[in-house]
Amino acid sequence: MLLQLKQVSLSFAGNTVLHEVDFGVAAGRIHSLIGPNGAGKTSMFNVITGFYRPQQGDITLDGEQIVKRKPHAVTRLGIARTFQNVRLFREMSVLENVMAGQHCRSRAGALAAILRLPSQRAEERRILETSLECLDFVGLMGHQDRLATNLAYGHQRRVEIARALATEPKLLLLDEPAAGLNSGEKQALIELIRRIRDERGVAVLLIEHDMSLVMNVSERISVLDHGSLITEGDPHSVQNDPKVIEAYLGQDDEELAL
Amino acid sequence: MDKHSPPTPTDVDEHDSGRAKPRNPLQKLYAAFESPGRRRALHLTILAILIVTPWISSQYTTVILTNALLYVVLCLGLNIVVGYAGLLDLGYAAFFAVGAYTVGILTQQFGVNFWAAIPFALMAAALAGVIIGGPTLRLRSDYLAIVTLGFGEIVRFTARNLEITGGASGLSHIPEPSLFGWHIDSSIDFYYVFVVLAVLAYVASQRLFDSRLGRAWLYVRHDEDAAEAMGINRVATKLAAYVTGAIFGAIGGIFFSVNLGAISPESFSFQQSVLILLAVVLGGMGKIPGVILGAFIVVLGPELLRDFGTLRLLIFAVLLLLIMLFRPSGIWPEKRS
Ligand SMILES: Nc1ncnc2c1ncn2[C@@H]1O[C@H](COP(=O)(O)OP(=O)(O)OP(=O)(O)O)[C@@H](O)[C@H]1O
Ligand SMILES: [Mg+2]
Repeated sequence: MLLQLKQVSLSFAGNTVLHEVDFGVAAGRIHSLIGPNGAGKTSMFNVITGFYRPQQGDITLDGEQIVKRKPHAVTRLGIARTFQNVRLFREMSVLENVMAGQHCRSRAGALAAILRLPSQRAEERRILETSLECLDFVGLMGHQDRLATNLAYGHQRRVEIARALATEPKLLLLDEPAAGLNSGEKQALIELIRRIRDERGVAVLLIEHDMSLVMNVSERISVLDHGSLITEGDPHSVQNDPKVIEAYLGQDDEELAL
Repeated sequence: MDKHSPPTPTDVDEHDSGRAKPRNPLQKLYAAFESPGRRRALHLTILAILIVTPWISSQYTTVILTNALLYVVLCLGLNIVVGYAGLLDLGYAAFFAVGAYTVGILTQQFGVNFWAAIPFALMAAALAGVIIGGPTLRLRSDYLAIVTLGFGEIVRFTARNLEITGGASGLSHIPEPSLFGWHIDSSIDFYYVFVVLAVLAYVASQRLFDSRLGRAWLYVRHDEDAAEAMGINRVATKLAAYVTGAIFGAIGGIFFSVNLGAISPESFSFQQSVLILLAVVLGGMGKIPGVILGAFIVVLGPELLRDFGTLRLLIFAVLLLLIMLFRPSGIWPEKRS
């Protein structure tokens, strides 16, 4: 397993959000995490990426402990994420946004920058090239000099994905990447997710409410309900699991109809 | 952290260019110098003006301009902390004091050569930056303001009460430096020293802001969580801003002390910190040309209004208020809309 959670529990002021979760993502997989609103999916991302510290449990990436690390250290180790609500850096260009991802793969400090050492200039060139390549990969070449927050919403989501890819991750966490997209954009997103895995070898863990997208793109699906993992399997078996149907009962979202 | 509200599609016009047309005179002027060739011409013109000015003006003007150039260095340093990293610092004069006193003490009391004393002053300032930054950077910004204010006052009180710093009367007879046989002592000599320092501070600022670290300051200022998620250590990044700013301040202080030949705790008062901060905010935080303009305004403004006698500070304050009212984000034009 690339990512492995063992007996992870998280609570806020006595409110259990994750309960003894055992969960794994295999290298090179497209894996989805689904569940009703408030099930704890985003919280699980926050635990994995070091934003929340679980009260209990173990998390490893490629066998390395990540549970007590700060978010930036987790990213360095190879987990990148996007946010449920797009969080681009305002007042900065698309390119500058994507360049943020390269920070943890570069090292020049203040003195190197002031003296413009050859190593620093070479590094800046590399940051630029990698960032442009990531922008090209998500299909936003030509938009690099525009203000990121001036782009259409669907493009902003792609900038966020490009920025995450620029960290050169082993595992990419996408939190509801299809929210707010039209059907054409959703189709393009499915292709993008596949290409991320096929062409870059990056495993993808996806939180998504759009069931047709999830069923279409995932190789494995885990279902979270009230902080517990209730089932896991391939799309077909999950779709027909009575526990899953029960978990979603009472949800009136028509897109959740299985 | 993530809120649970549904995403709000902010469908903005996809076809706008993302750039505004120049509107006010300053913006038009700035836009005229967008191309690298013209930018270079502008730089050379400013440099030429700086070089010839002391030969065509009075000694009094030279001294005032030297002070303005000192402020350029200090303001560009504080701009890194406040303008780029977005950290409020109300005690910036402390770093200025650390640089000045370290060099003052080492040269005057221990007979250390001026140039040999500089590395010690820089190290002392960096250390001061770490001491003030390390424990406080996890605080919210309003607490940070109070802590930095306190730090500035502590440094001043310490200087006031120690024997080695000369107490309330400070240090005097700080020896003037020489460079390859050039004895730097006249006001014109020091004017040129500060021209060099200001140019170096300008170039260093530009290069920093064009670098990985400069971008990291912006990322952390705009969104700490998103920056962390991109692998940026926010505490280390802010600390780097503090230490870099401290070193700019110390460099100003080092040359300030040998220029005057005497320093006292009152040179590093809270008022001094506020004036530097004022210039940065006035110029438009983070915008280098604006900050330089702000430094000149803060120093030259009261001088130009000298004819108004005791009213001049009042008039100056009202002018500043008006500028703030009509250009709340500083006098320098926005680069983008
Ligand atoms: N920082 C926090 N403090 C307190 N409670 C929190 C915090 N973060 C999450 N929670 C709680 O944890 C529960 C799970 O929230 P989470 O955001 O993980 O759900 P989700 O599965 O992502 O839901 P959605 O599909 O609506 O995005 C919610 O009840 C939420 O209020
Ligand atoms: Mg969520």
